[in-house]
Amino acid sequence: MKYVDEYRDPKVIREIAAEIARVAGERTFRIMEVCGGHTHAIYRFGLEGLLPKGIDFIHGPGCPVCVLPMGRVDEGLAIAADPRVILTAFGDMMRVPGKHGSALEHKARGADVRMIYSPLDALALAQKNPEREVVFFAIGFETTTPSTALTLLRARELGVTNFTVFCNHILVPPAIRAVLDSGDVTIDGFIGPGHVSTVTGANAYRFIAEEYRKPVVVSGFEPVDILQATLMVVRQLVAGEAKLENEYNRFVPAEPNPAATAAMNAVFAVRETFEWRGLGMLPKSALGLRPEFAAFDAEVKFATRGVIAPDHSEAQCGEVLRGVLKPPQCVLFGTQCTPEHPIGALMVSSEGACAAHFQYALTPALAGT
Amino acid sequence: MCLALPAKIVAFPENESGIAVVDVLSVERRVNVDLLRNETLAIGDWVLLHVGFAMAKVSETDAREQLELLAMLGEVGEARDQLVS
Repeated sequence: MKYVDEYRDPKVIREIAAEIARVAGERTFRIMEVCGGHTHAIYRFGLEGLLPKGIDFIHGPGCPVCVLPMGRVDEGLAIAADPRVILTAFGDMMRVPGKHGSALEHKARGADVRMIYSPLDALALAQKNPEREVVFFAIGFETTTPSTALTLLRARELGVTNFTVFCNHILVPPAIRAVLDSGDVTIDGFIGPGHVSTVTGANAYRFIAEEYRKPVVVSGFEPVDILQATLMVVRQLVAGEAKLENEYNRFVPAEPNPAATAAMNAVFAVRETFEWRGLGMLPKSALGLRPEFAAFDAEVKFATRGVIAPDHSEAQCGEVLRGVLKPPQCVLFGTQCTPEHPIGALMVSSEGACAAHFQYALTPALAGT
Repeated sequence: MCLALPAKIVAFPENESGIAVVDVLSVERRVNVDLLRNETLAIGDWVLLHVGFAMAKVSETDAREQLELLAMLGEVGEARDQLVS
């Protein structure tokens, strides 16, 4: 594919890495990539190995299954115990461990749990099975939320009465604020989410520069994108600047998608508080269905009760999510907790820092290939 | 799941607004295009797809770039499994 070579040309990659080293000099900077897609790409392409020692990537809380607390997993899966229920979920969700097993394990024990690609598939399943109750276990950040919103608007328009959503939609900015406010680790600058930002617009991250005085650069997922964004963050840091920049403007606009915003506002309201794995209860960090959509709210229809379930006592998912520990520093990493037998959700998804580290940490850096 | 799939529009079903048929990783699927209601969409256009919804109209070059990236990240097989699930 001739078109794309420029984004992963080893010569270009080496040049940008050298420029980062030249600009940074002896300084040390900790740069958080917020999005799980970036985490995956950083490991896959061995980008950490290309950077000077003083530049450290901190893997942020941007993988939606990774930050879903175990209590919410249990609460959602408990709905599937009702024999009328068909519980539907994205593939990423199927192996996330709850206290009583994952969705796949519930399925093996007889629950009707099905993997779907789109919330529209769940709605279609409800229409095909009017005698059953179809529940969609909704997860995801601002990229995914409009899809659930449009599906619910469609369900209401069609008058479907056997379709509900167990809503776990969460918001990126409050998670960034939580990390910055926690004081656990000092983050010097941010690489902002890529595709999430096609929905939110890059301006959603302006607060990082304006309120926290930290550079933030929205980035694509190619090796050259991520290194270029890193260079832009480093240049700002060395110059003492704190600006929002958009390295990924071939995809990401400045302003939010108006149709997505309208659909989300029609269906969802911000919850007062929501639990995040590793970050605890965060105010105004998640969305729930508006009262007008109560008939489509699985929490109302199935009268779920908030479940709080602590993580495995030795698992250190929270410390890894906040950037306090690197994945291999967790006592369970690679021994008790592996991609085959994940104890924490960070080991499940390829966007989780632990799974990515496990799979790719030994891969030679791209520039060396 | 943050990474979108490039898809090429192959048809618009009659009498259905907001729906397009696309070729995505060699799988033909109906997808929702409501988020792109301010764009002009035509057969042959490329869009970025996320959980069955088109999020952005992109050039063919950008679409092919994204396809290559997914292949390099080893996500094509899994994504295709989910599309046909």
